[in-house]
Amino acid sequence: MTTPLAKRRHLLSVADLGREGIVEILKRTDTFSEVSDRAIPKVPALRGKMVATLFFENSTRTRLSFETAAKRLSADTMSFSASSSSMKKGESLRDTVETIDAMGVDAMVVRHSSSGAPKLVSNWVNASVINAGDGAHEHPTQALLDCYTIREALSARSGEKSEDFSKLRIAIVGDVSHSRVARSDVLAFAALGARVTLVGPTTLMPSTLEDWPTSKTCDLDGILQDVDVIYVLRLQLERIDEALFPTLREYRSRFGLTTERARTLREDVLILHPGPMNRGVEIDSEVASGKNALVTRQVRNGVSVRMAVLYSLLASSGHTGNSVLGASNGGKDEFEDAPRDGDEIVLQTPQKTRAHRG
Amino acid sequence: MAERERRLARPSGQVFIPRSFVMSPEDVKRALVRIAHEILEHNRGAANLVVIGLQTGGVPLAKRLVAEIKKIDRRDVPFGYLDVAFYRDDIGIRPVLPEEVTQIPCDLTGRTVILVDDVLFTGRTVRAALDALADHGRAKAVQLAVMVDRGHRELPIRPDYIGKNLPTRRDEMVDVSSEGVALGDLVSQ
Repeated sequence: MTTPLAKRRHLLSVADLGREGIVEILKRTDTFSEVSDRAIPKVPALRGKMVATLFFENSTRTRLSFETAAKRLSADTMSFSASSSSMKKGESLRDTVETIDAMGVDAMVVRHSSSGAPKLVSNWVNASVINAGDGAHEHPTQALLDCYTIREALSARSGEKSEDFSKLRIAIVGDVSHSRVARSDVLAFAALGARVTLVGPTTLMPSTLEDWPTSKTCDLDGILQDVDVIYVLRLQLERIDEALFPTLREYRSRFGLTTERARTLREDVLILHPGPMNRGVEIDSEVASGKNALVTRQVRNGVSVRMAVLYSLLASSGHTGNSVLGASNGGKDEFEDAPRDGDEIVLQTPQKTRAHRG
Repeated sequence: MAERERRLARPSGQVFIPRSFVMSPEDVKRALVRIAHEILEHNRGAANLVVIGLQTGGVPLAKRLVAEIKKIDRRDVPFGYLDVAFYRDDIGIRPVLPEEVTQIPCDLTGRTVILVDDVLFTGRTVRAALDALADHGRAKAVQLAVMVDRGHRELPIRPDYIGKNLPTRRDEMVDVSSEGVALGDLVSQ
């Protein structure tokens, strides 16, 4: 079942959101993007909320992005990294997150090298859990910011904002099998209607693509002219310990977005990369800094999207974290104009319309 | 704000049923013309003004007010709109979701801001708007124009320009639209 983020407690997978949930966040991100553009980019929306970033795996941009997003919403942030924690003394994942939860945290942003770790954490804690990348499984906020970046680029061209990607053909190129970004992106792009093609050597493709709403090919040059968006994945060298391709040079010559190759692309193609980039391997420096590349927009939009995600989870009445207001009943009885106990007149039955329209 | 209330009413399954129409579209128009005159009289012209509509009900009224001021003073007054969701004091108590993007046309420092909303009720939206405005510069003065003042203030806030004073019960609802102003109830379906 897919439900909008504002009614959920956690964000663990793009699959939970569905098309509607994705569209809702993309639309809402506009208002947060405006906050980021201000001279003083800070609003008091999440004052008093505590956001903890729990990174059991290294990261620069995702962690800083979440922390920036939380700070722009006036939430307090607390950060944890496995390398400098009691996990070094042998404390388990469960004990670690329960300890942090007991300090009164409203949201936990979790990255872990094992698929499914954030899901486990969500079963143990009261806080809202946001998956910031788990193994080769998913990275939902990355997929949301990618969709937002594509939507932004398209609306700059056409003048109107549209979440309908059905006219787009998107190629995701490179190390698909190790990539959580690819998994989340495929789900999100397909949910918005895009046609997605995976490109890469067979050794770097998942063993089965049965359930994937995509096509695949090993021939990058064959599809270059047809694609509207080319999404270059990072070659995850730290996860590759066997000979999945002969040499980096050969990989570059067949699957790298080289300067020569980029010349054959369509004039208005959009080039995305989740970072960090291996310049000169999957993408050439010149291409990565060229006019079609949206890499820095992705980073910038990442903050706005994460603000939207944090706000949707923490400001909604469905949030039952550690806040004192947590035990809300869906906000139903809390409306300003709802009848209150002690009011002298409480209308229970609809009055007949005396002066109706027309 | 009525617009906002109506939308928020939806998840609980309630709808707005109008009971009586208290202002016709012509009444609203006349009130706007009067308010435009009052603003110009009070501020001695439109030179230093900025008109800001509150999302979502105040925005169409603010637009019309700018047009009326132009008819009288032949001057284009900068116009913007403000969504105060992030500044509300009931975040977490009920669903408070931003609906529209905020757009402030210029730095407000040294300007006189005319804040426009459709209905003034508890004053909490205006309180949030004052906080929001402070993030866009130090206005010389902020004045409040509303189409309907329905009472029941919970904060020490008063309007400078009023379309109509409308005594209401707390549980009633006031709706301002292009069809005028209606008084009615939120009714469970």
